[in-house]
Amino acid sequence: METSLVLLLLLAPFVGFLSNVFLGKQFGRTGSGVLGTLAVVASFIATVIFFMQVNSTKEAINIHLFDWIAMGKFSIGFDILLDQLSLLWLMFVTGIGALIHLYSISYMHDDENTHKFFSYLNLFVFFMIMLVAGSNLLIMFIGWEGVGLCSYLLIGFWYKNQDYNDAAKKAFIMNRIGDLGFLIGIFIIGYLFNTLDFVALKQAILAGNGTANLALIGTAALCLFIGASGKSAQIPLYTWLPDAMAGPTPVSALIHAATMVTAGIFMITRLNFLFELAPDVKMIIAVVGVFTALVAAAIGLVQNDIKKVLAYSTVSQLGLMFLALGLGAYEVAVFHVITHAFFKACLFLGSGSVIHALHGEQDMRNMGGLRKAMPVTFITMLISTLAISGIFPFAGFWSKDEILLTAFHGNTVLWVLGSIASIMTAFYMFRLMFLTFFGEFRGTEEQKHHLHESPALITVPLIVLAVLAAIGGAINLPGNNWLNHYLAPLFKGHEAHHLDNTAYMLMGIATVGALIGIGIAYSMYISKKQVPEADDKVQGLHKVLANKFYLDEIYMAVIVKPIYALAKFSRDYIEKGLSNIVFGFGTVADGLALQGKKMQNGNIGFYLFAFVFGLCSIVYYLFFVR
Amino acid sequence: MDVTLLLILLFIGAVATYFSGNAIASKVALFFSVAALGVSLALLNQFSQGTDISFSAQWIKNPNVLFALKADGLSIAMVLLTTALTPLIVLSGFGNNFNNAKNFYALVLFMAFAMIGTFLASDGFVYYIFWELSLIPIYFIALIWGNGDAEARKKAVIKFFIYTFAGSLFMLAAFIYLYQKAGTFKWDVLVGLDLSATEQFWIFLAFFLAYAIKIPLIPFHTWQANVYQKAPTIGTMLLSGIMLKMGLYSVLRWQLPLAPNAAKELQYIIIGLALAGVVYGSIVALKQKDLKKLLAYSSLAHVGLIAAGCYAMNMDGLRGAVLQMIAHGFVIVGLFFAAEVIYRRYETRTISEMGGIRQQTPKFASMFMILVLASVALPGTFNFVGEFTVLYSLSTENMVFAVIGGTTIILGAFYMLRMFQHAMLGETNAKMFADVTVSEGIVFVAIIGFLLFFGLYPKPIIELITPSIQEILVHVK
Amino acid sequence: METILKEIGVETYLYLSALLFSIGVFGILLRRNAIVMFMSIEIMLNAVNMMLVAFSTYHQDASGQVFVFFSMAVAAAEVAVGLAILVSIFRNHGSVDIDNLKNLKG
Repeated sequence: METSLVLLLLLAPFVGFLSNVFLGKQFGRTGSGVLGTLAVVASFIATVIFFMQVNSTKEAINIHLFDWIAMGKFSIGFDILLDQLSLLWLMFVTGIGALIHLYSISYMHDDENTHKFFSYLNLFVFFMIMLVAGSNLLIMFIGWEGVGLCSYLLIGFWYKNQDYNDAAKKAFIMNRIGDLGFLIGIFIIGYLFNTLDFVALKQAILAGNGTANLALIGTAALCLFIGASGKSAQIPLYTWLPDAMAGPTPVSALIHAATMVTAGIFMITRLNFLFELAPDVKMIIAVVGVFTALVAAAIGLVQNDIKKVLAYSTVSQLGLMFLALGLGAYEVAVFHVITHAFFKACLFLGSGSVIHALHGEQDMRNMGGLRKAMPVTFITMLISTLAISGIFPFAGFWSKDEILLTAFHGNTVLWVLGSIASIMTAFYMFRLMFLTFFGEFRGTEEQKHHLHESPALITVPLIVLAVLAAIGGAINLPGNNWLNHYLAPLFKGHEAHHLDNTAYMLMGIATVGALIGIGIAYSMYISKKQVPEADDKVQGLHKVLANKFYLDEIYMAVIVKPIYALAKFSRDYIEKGLSNIVFGFGTVADGLALQGKKMQNGNIGFYLFAFVFGLCSIVYYLFFVR
Repeated sequence: MDVTLLLILLFIGAVATYFSGNAIASKVALFFSVAALGVSLALLNQFSQGTDISFSAQWIKNPNVLFALKADGLSIAMVLLTTALTPLIVLSGFGNNFNNAKNFYALVLFMAFAMIGTFLASDGFVYYIFWELSLIPIYFIALIWGNGDAEARKKAVIKFFIYTFAGSLFMLAAFIYLYQKAGTFKWDVLVGLDLSATEQFWIFLAFFLAYAIKIPLIPFHTWQANVYQKAPTIGTMLLSGIMLKMGLYSVLRWQLPLAPNAAKELQYIIIGLALAGVVYGSIVALKQKDLKKLLAYSSLAHVGLIAAGCYAMNMDGLRGAVLQMIAHGFVIVGLFFAAEVIYRRYETRTISEMGGIRQQTPKFASMFMILVLASVALPGTFNFVGEFTVLYSLSTENMVFAVIGGTTIILGAFYMLRMFQHAMLGETNAKMFADVTVSEGIVFVAIIGFLLFFGLYPKPIIELITPSIQEILVHVK
Repeated sequence: METILKEIGVETYLYLSALLFSIGVFGILLRRNAIVMFMSIEIMLNAVNMMLVAFSTYHQDASGQVFVFFSMAVAAAEVAVGLAILVSIFRNHGSVDIDNLKNLKG
């Protein structure tokens, strides 16, 4: 019973994928969308059942499906582990996934390849479930690479545009850089502990087996973090995520905001017992996280593409989550992952609704005043914006506050930097809101004519997500701490922060900071009615930010170009050189033959002379030398 | 029933194809290759039930040569690779019209015959004969039915022939030396010889030269790209899918057990060379304009990793190498076939002249994509199982090896996706691209099905090869 | 016969045979006419024959003399073939000077 339910949970999206691939055309555009949605809903229902069960029994479900790879010293099974953490993740992966599928039915209705879109989305959910529910590192790695593949396919969904294909390729390759780190981490863990199974690993570490070589464990943790930073878009591997906005907006919402990019946080949380042994690496994680949060927020300040702003905001929020991980507050990071999934999915879907209404326009300079035309989109996005800015009592307030509180107790510098990042967040998010929904409409007359609120299939998911973004903080309110208790079996005794004066003071500071950010945005874009300048007019720091610190250009010049140059040099010179060495043997043989040919001059007298001379030499040797 | 049946069947097949006439030659060849696959599966069945399917008989009294064919798990796995790929390779020729088709397909079957002999032979002399015999058909296939300028082709093919032949002569010398010591060419006796360190060193080097050229390892690879490009696609498939594996298989079967101490001494140098091939092959592949050449360099990178696994000389390395040999055999045949399918329609192999194919044939694009992904070892494909095992074995030897070898997952994705993007994606091409035919579809589906099934369930293959690898390791240790 | 050997000594035959052989060798090396060279070869052959006969007597063993008969028979056949070749060369080239015979040049 349990096994078949697990199979339903795992395989429903896969079946959806297969049927959409092979029969999608027959189902029609709506049909394939409904099928895809139902597949994910089935998974969601199975997840809810397991979630209830585990929540009451407090016991993880571990199911062995079949043996997969046998290694010399250990074997790797195809196992599924449903514990508190994976079920929590599955809840919002399948839940938000189902909502986004529903949304896509309407959003992608006019595309010629709707069935392909849904098959890829289903495949993504399937791999995401594998990633989350896998019971060992290698099953997780299947999902890990699988979601990377789906991300590649979906970013490049409109494959006729080679720029989109470039973005897709870039995402895949940057992820693979991280994946190499992940693999090396797996190797070290396998070498040290002779197992890749999470439960066995935890037992081994708690029992102190294989933990003698702390340096090697630290290396493993660092390598795993490199993997996480690839998938979760941290410095220095984050540049693919903003480019990934080339994909359809539901994809950005599902993959590049709510689920896939949180895989790195999931992995580190999953292996928290390992990271606890490597305090130096945790420090690196915290520092990388906070700097990512800052840098991405700074870039987000000046972006004009509505999806790019959200993309940088995602990178920035992920940075904050890594800050929490680095400080050892795993449940806080998980809390923020969940609330972030709610409000960021809502924001992306909202932006999709706006883009849909404007027939593909993404530049905020050509928007404005949309709140009258699109009230539902406006209100839901406003709630989510308040949530991400950390305004009481929306979900983001609680989770972000927890992170900052942890940072304050851990390291004041980190707290200051994190707070600056969240002030910037409040500013650029309200900048987005003001530019999009307030003021006068700046687009073409034709667009203005067609402005309309999106249909129910789009607004219903928005409303659901907005409600969650508003009240989602309830799962871990200070004092109640349901999430902390729920996750308690996974972490060894991490105390929840008490609601003391410091906590209230920090909440106050955070709220004031957010309000300052909003205020600046208000004064700039509402009072002074500023509109961002054209790209070629920006100067100074603004220009640096608008060009994303020139990081893409630097990577291009420092890494990609030299590799290309090396490739060309190898192709044109080294290959030729090596080939010539081989031909050199032939040439030498040829030369020797030419010399030998001269002996064969056809002069019989010479031949006879050589013959006699040779004979005499032999005789001389045989009789006189020996 | 023993393994000679397989050899006889393929030999008769080659003869029958030759006499069948040009019109039906391809079908006769397909029939015999499928029959060979059936026989080899039946043999596998017998073997797994514990029946001895080896064969041994005195062939020549002086020198003392046995016609000995030994079938253990490793040989059977390689034989199955050959017999499974041969029908696909023959089938992939259905869309081409070869002049003198009877000669062509007879040579293909003859080559399968010789390669199976190489995989089975357990007498050094017989092994050497089959090893050299397999060179002859591919020489003619590439020379006569190849493409491009005839003079350039002749130059490349003759270079290939002489190069590999010269390398093999050193191996022959080593065998003769061993015969002087042992009085027989039998594998079991030869690996039991007690050789001094110097003897092992020279024997190792002699074998190494033969295998390094065949595999090929850098810097002995210069024949490869040109021959792959100039040979007809079927020839390229035979070369890359099976013949390279002869070299790798021979490393496991002959070189390591014969000279284990020398292998251990030179291990780091050779693994270094193999891994240099991984990085170098990937980088050179990045800037190739010709699709077949790009695949040739990708093959160089992949076999480099397999070779590194072989020379890691531990359980995981050897096992991973064998798994990866099989996986790479399938995927590279599929990829070259995709190149051929494009060539049949566009008459070009230059990547920049393609593009926009996906719009016209989504089916072909999907299948090509899956093959590309298998080639970059996406988890879930068989290639991942092999690559992971090999990389893990390297990491247990030295972490640096695993990191250098691991760059293949980055660079591999880089050049393969770049190729795919420019060949398949983008704006619709003005030229028509007809959908894949039934025979083309069968080849793709068979290969993809194999790669995906064993990617998720590699256990049968692992269990088949493990005992024989353990036996080899006993001689190596 | 023994008495002759006792009076003259086997060494003398050897010297003579060596002398004849050398004359043959120098004839081959120095002369350019094929027929003269042919004759020189015959001299060398006969030098060897003489040595065989001398040793046959010295060792009191008749088989040496039997060999000489063989070699004379073979030499006769060889002369026949060789002269035929020379005649045919003369017909083709108009001379038997070996300096003109360079068709074998590689």
